[in-house]
Amino acid sequence: MTDVTSQAPSPAQSGPAQSLGFYAIWAVCILGVILLPLIFTSGGSHTTFSLIGIAIIFALSYNILLGQTGLLSFGHAVYYGLGGFLAVHGMNAIVAHELPVPLPFVPLIGGFAGLVFALVIGWVSTQRAGTVFAMISLGVGELVASSSLILRSFFGGEAGITTNRTDLPTIFGLSFGPQIQVYYLIAFWLVISAIGMYALTRTPLGRMCNAVRDNPERVQFIGYDPHVVRYLAFCFAGFFAGIAGALAAINFEIANAAYLGAVQSGVVLFAAFIGGVSYFFGPILGAIVVTMLQLELADITSVWQLYFGIIFIGIVMFAPGGIASLLMMHRPLLRAGTLPMVLPSYLIAIVPTLLFACGVILGIEVLGAYSQGSADSTTIRLFRIPFEAASPMTWLAAVVLTIGGFFVARMTWRGIAGAWDRAAMAARERGYLS
Amino acid sequence: MTTAIEMRAVEKKFGNVRIIQDLNLTVGKGERHAIIGPNGAGKSTTFNLISGHITPTSGEINLNGDPIAGLRPFEINRRGLSRSFQVTNVFAKMTVWENIRCAVLWATGHRYAFWKNVDSLPEVRRRTAEILEDIHLTERRDVPAGLLTYAEQRELEIGITIAGGANVIMLDEPTAGMSNTETERAVALIRRLTEGRTLVIVEHDMSVVFGLADRISVLVYGNIIASGTPEEIRGNPKVKEAYLGEEEH
Repeated sequence: MTDVTSQAPSPAQSGPAQSLGFYAIWAVCILGVILLPLIFTSGGSHTTFSLIGIAIIFALSYNILLGQTGLLSFGHAVYYGLGGFLAVHGMNAIVAHELPVPLPFVPLIGGFAGLVFALVIGWVSTQRAGTVFAMISLGVGELVASSSLILRSFFGGEAGITTNRTDLPTIFGLSFGPQIQVYYLIAFWLVISAIGMYALTRTPLGRMCNAVRDNPERVQFIGYDPHVVRYLAFCFAGFFAGIAGALAAINFEIANAAYLGAVQSGVVLFAAFIGGVSYFFGPILGAIVVTMLQLELADITSVWQLYFGIIFIGIVMFAPGGIASLLMMHRPLLRAGTLPMVLPSYLIAIVPTLLFACGVILGIEVLGAYSQGSADSTTIRLFRIPFEAASPMTWLAAVVLTIGGFFVARMTWRGIAGAWDRAAMAARERGYLS
Repeated sequence: MTTAIEMRAVEKKFGNVRIIQDLNLTVGKGERHAIIGPNGAGKSTTFNLISGHITPTSGEINLNGDPIAGLRPFEINRRGLSRSFQVTNVFAKMTVWENIRCAVLWATGHRYAFWKNVDSLPEVRRRTAEILEDIHLTERRDVPAGLLTYAEQRELEIGITIAGGANVIMLDEPTAGMSNTETERAVALIRRLTEGRTLVIVEHDMSVVFGLADRISVLVYGNIIASGTPEEIRGNPKVKEAYLGEEEH
């Protein structure tokens, strides 16, 4: 199955029909961004959309490094966080000095903060790619995170520093008090940033980033210094991360040490990777999924991080190209019209796979409730069904579902592989797959 | 005659091991120069020294009269020297078209530009299409380079090397691992594409060497033992003893 995906980068042919489709996709996405909060009108969903928008900008900025240039960073939150802190300081300064800068321009403060720090830190850390870069990014991340607790006057210590976005000069009569207004501010910068970052991939520099990712040695023999390419990519990543950080600061009206810590750096790596780094839209999907998981899962279960980890490991092992690659591997089948050949096998596989997943979830939840051990909390509710964590029957059910589900599911997965081979063969015969 | 490449008293040591000793080599402008020698003689090291992949321990290397020893590979490339690799060294996940286009970008002056749309640069597009036509890979332009056949990858390797328009081309065993027909095709390709340029080639296939080269240098144990026209090399007793003798059955 994996050989069919062939890690092909998004082909950007310039036929008139394809470019029309290309603009249509962008138009639909932008329309969606505009219309979503009008369809889901609750305050909670506006908050969720705002967080997702910020996460998308951040994940896309991270993918300039990982997916485009092949740089694995463990400290990208540094530029997000510093962007956030500088934005808060900037907002407070605007209020204190009564500067005529309205809120929508504040993300630029964050962007330039991220850019300046990337300009300074990046020159050294992008000397080499691979392990050296990863280690330096980790070190810088720890350095900045720990100094955020030491340099209290700037970072505000544990509490962080706060601001009030509604004190800034208004523009078009918008106070940015209500969440919906903040959402549209974020959406505006999301669209600008996404277009900017996509455009970057279509420039000579963007193409050379891919070349450096694939083969930094050879790049030197066609006239380019891979260090300079990596450095410029790093600066762009810092700039857009800073914008995301500033938007977060505007949204929460606070910046604190958590913004630039290792957890934040880890989450953006997760988002980019789960979504898929080899396609531009991969980190967008990843940011949506990870943000939703963070928000929703935490409400449902106390061991939500465990599920997070399991999902991540599952993606790394079974779909290293992320969600985007899983989707895109169906494209040649769709074009060749052989997709219906695999769909029945998917439907067959869903049932045992879900049973297997239920078994695993039940097992985890029972273990979680049992080990936390307070007398009244041994009853757990799963999909509204109460289970008694101390009862042997529950344990038995979990074991049977997990083991039985796995073996049946594995048979159906083989069915998918077989159906996939036949569909790919047919697509190849029709000339849609090389 | 003006020289394209001149190496004088070049020495390269890895730790205490002397790989190259007192290497002197002159390649004239417009010449097709082959470097031959037994395995481990230091042919690839010589290539790496000239192209800046490794720096010499001592000695002088000049390109078109300017010293280049100690410069980084991309600096040497920008001065008009381009090399290929013995082991295929392409941008595996990028398409054939993008591979060639990347090799064209610096030479067409676009450098690190992040304010231009790469798809709307007519000069880049024209030159990329030309090179693809030259290396017969136009049909395969949208295939990721990693999925090409071996012979196609070798042709792409040559394409990337010549795409920047360098006036000194160095090819490291361009026909290694090719069948006879593929070799013939590749030699014709090399002959055509390096017309009017200086060519330095490392090659094991003697029919390729004697068919292509104007001059031949023989490298044995990190030292050039003879340099001359194919006839001179064929008649040289030292060469026969050191190298060719083993080859003639």
